Amino acid sequence: MATADKNIGTSGVLGWVDQRFPLTSTWKAHLSEYYAPKNFNFWYFFGGLATLILVLQIVTGIFLTMHYKADSAKAFESVEYIMRDVPWGWLIRYMHSTGASAFFIVIYMHMFRGLLYGSYRKPRELIWIFGCLIFLVLMAEAFFGYLLPWGQMSYWGAQVIVNLFSAIPFIGPELSLWIRGDYVVGDATLNRFFAFHVIAIPLVLLGLVTAHIIALHEVGSNNPDGVEIKAKKNAAGIPLDGIPFHPYYTVHDIMGVSVFLLAFSAVIFFAPEMGGYFLEYNNFVPADPLKTPAHIAPVWYFTPYYSILRAITSDFILWGLTPFLLVFLAVVWMSRGTKSLSKLIATLAVGAMLVGFLVLDAKFWGVVAMGASVMIFFAMPWIDNSKVKSIRYRPTWHKYIYAAFVIVFLVLGYTGVQPPSPVGQVIAQIGTLLYFAFFLFMPWWSEMGEFKPVPDRVTFAAH
Amino acid sequence: MTHSISRIVSRRFFRGVSRVAPALIAATLGLFALSAQASGGGATLDHFPTEKLKDLPSLQNGAKIFTNYCLNCHGLSLMRYNRMTDLGLTEAQIRDNLVPTGAKVGDTMKVSMSAKDAKEWFGAMPPDLSVTARSRASHDGSGSDWLYTYLRGFYRDSSRATGWNNTVYPNVGMPHVLWELQGSRGASIEEVKAAADAKPGDHAAMSRTLIAIDAVTGQRTEKVEEIHEGHPHEGSSITLTPAVGGKLTQAQFDGQIADLVAYLTYVADPSAQTRNRLGTGVLLFLSLFSVLAWWLNREYWKDIK
Repeated sequence: MATADKNIGTSGVLGWVDQRFPLTSTWKAHLSEYYAPKNFNFWYFFGGLATLILVLQIVTGIFLTMHYKADSAKAFESVEYIMRDVPWGWLIRYMHSTGASAFFIVIYMHMFRGLLYGSYRKPRELIWIFGCLIFLVLMAEAFFGYLLPWGQMSYWGAQVIVNLFSAIPFIGPELSLWIRGDYVVGDATLNRFFAFHVIAIPLVLLGLVTAHIIALHEVGSNNPDGVEIKAKKNAAGIPLDGIPFHPYYTVHDIMGVSVFLLAFSAVIFFAPEMGGYFLEYNNFVPADPLKTPAHIAPVWYFTPYYSILRAITSDFILWGLTPFLLVFLAVVWMSRGTKSLSKLIATLAVGAMLVGFLVLDAKFWGVVAMGASVMIFFAMPWIDNSKVKSIRYRPTWHKYIYAAFVIVFLVLGYTGVQPPSPVGQVIAQIGTLLYFAFFLFMPWWSEMGEFKPVPDRVTFAAH
Repeated sequence: MTHSISRIVSRRFFRGVSRVAPALIAATLGLFALSAQASGGGATLDHFPTEKLKDLPSLQNGAKIFTNYCLNCHGLSLMRYNRMTDLGLTEAQIRDNLVPTGAKVGDTMKVSMSAKDAKEWFGAMPPDLSVTARSRASHDGSGSDWLYTYLRGFYRDSSRATGWNNTVYPNVGMPHVLWELQGSRGASIEEVKAAADAKPGDHAAMSRTLIAIDAVTGQRTEKVEEIHEGHPHEGSSITLTPAVGGKLTQAQFDGQIADLVAYLTYVADPSAQTRNRLGTGVLLFLSLFSVLAWWLNREYWKDIK
């Protein structure tokens, strides 16, 4: 024997495996002896549900790939072929198309949970950053996938989004040409989007999800009280408020999954188009490069950001963005707690943007604003200065700010679905300012107000 | 039981939300209403009688009407003839009654007219109708509603090359193929707009144009009058006159069109009825499973103090 037997505490077949692979210890570390806070509530179902949908999307995706043709002359027909001639093809396809929307619903809920309970704060900053990266990559995955059915909305949506890259100064036009592989969205674009959708992006996604969970299991879950359960342990070193993930949260999640599947199946079997929001009506018309639809809107989950993109006009830069940035700069300068270096950086950044407003056109700033509206989530761990993590112990008026943020997000989503109109545009512009105000002024408002005492232990009533 | 369920969803959170909820909902609705007002509404569509979708004789009749009247110009290139066994027909019945000479029962329902002829006769190839009942859906109504209104909206119009016009799809290139069944209709159109000599902002100077189109000849007679009283709004409305010279009454014709639209709706998503039947069972199973999962969860969580 080259090596001595490890002390593993198992025998038989399991012992044989454990000598060679950390099966029992992994099971214990991540499930049966992974201690999670016992006070998880409704909002804690969505992480597990997101994992479930990821698996569903991959499995249904594999079966779709067996019959789908990534060819601009055949793509539309091959999707309908799956719906009609492939046994159970309609079910697989509707699961995949409904799964895309369900993924975003679940991820938005999961992110909102993080905001409510301060789950991004020390020591969970990396979990949050991996999560934000997952969100970005998921958006890319959805965007690439949406071209594949090759309907009018697929086609023109891709055309509009790829054209956004042409707003980047100097390299823009060349860059968008390089992304499309053609002067217009065409067969070359379809083939590369297919490659990204079925292999490149899913690989990145799986890697990030693994990193997200490893980081989570390293530091342990936050909970609705924002109390660190590892601060109070028993003699065996087990957190007093922690319970083994398996079996308690596995049975708990089975319950969550069954209710989720109930809603998910209701859509798949009775309303797969979901009133034109999950499957857009115009996407039942095959892509036609010569016929631009009167109204091009992305699928609902992108519309808040699309609204922000459309909100940035040269007028709005003048009456909206410029005063907004100047107010922000004034607040930075008046703030006593802000370091001189931060003040300098903020001044340079705002100054650069104000000069940029004169030099570059509104389309470019629309793209910048849309990008910033997604990327700003990364900053959460460092802009939230609240004395407590959880919304439960924050001043009551903080709840209203969060409620207002949710309304603004929904309203932006709604205006993004609608065809452009003067009233809709003003609403989207005000919404854009409120959206950014929530984040940019967070360093100040989050530390203001009367905080409530945080308990030593989590609040939990046995049942 | 109620105690356990209320624990699952955090009491605290919902108490918080319930306090702000009314204000939250009111504000959201207010903003939505404001945006909706800005986006405006569209044409009103008649309601397709959806009960026809479950009525096999209607669907079979719709298939017959389609093959007799429509298939010469419009294909259903994604639909196979023998898929119509869904409608209670046998392959033999389909082959004998619905498949044209030269086509096989397993073929898709391709159009018999050549693209070149189509271009010459109609200016463009008439569209394939495989998924039209889905693509024509909008917030004004379902695709079936659109088809049902469109197919019943033809009227005589001698100013058009085909001699026909349509209320839902103005200046459409398609003639009224089913006119021998319905007969032909005339129309009276009322257009209200700013008078030709009106200055901007001058609300009083509006004119009303009344156009009467003869049901048989399709000749237009126009009458323009200025409006002096009331608060007229710009816009136009069209009313069709009763059909003359058809084989069917209007009610019978509406029934035939409903059958045809039911068939096209079926073709657009042939699995729809199977899907709904199966869905009921799936939801029943999952409801039962949810109860079991809830019970299992409750038993385990009894340990946690």
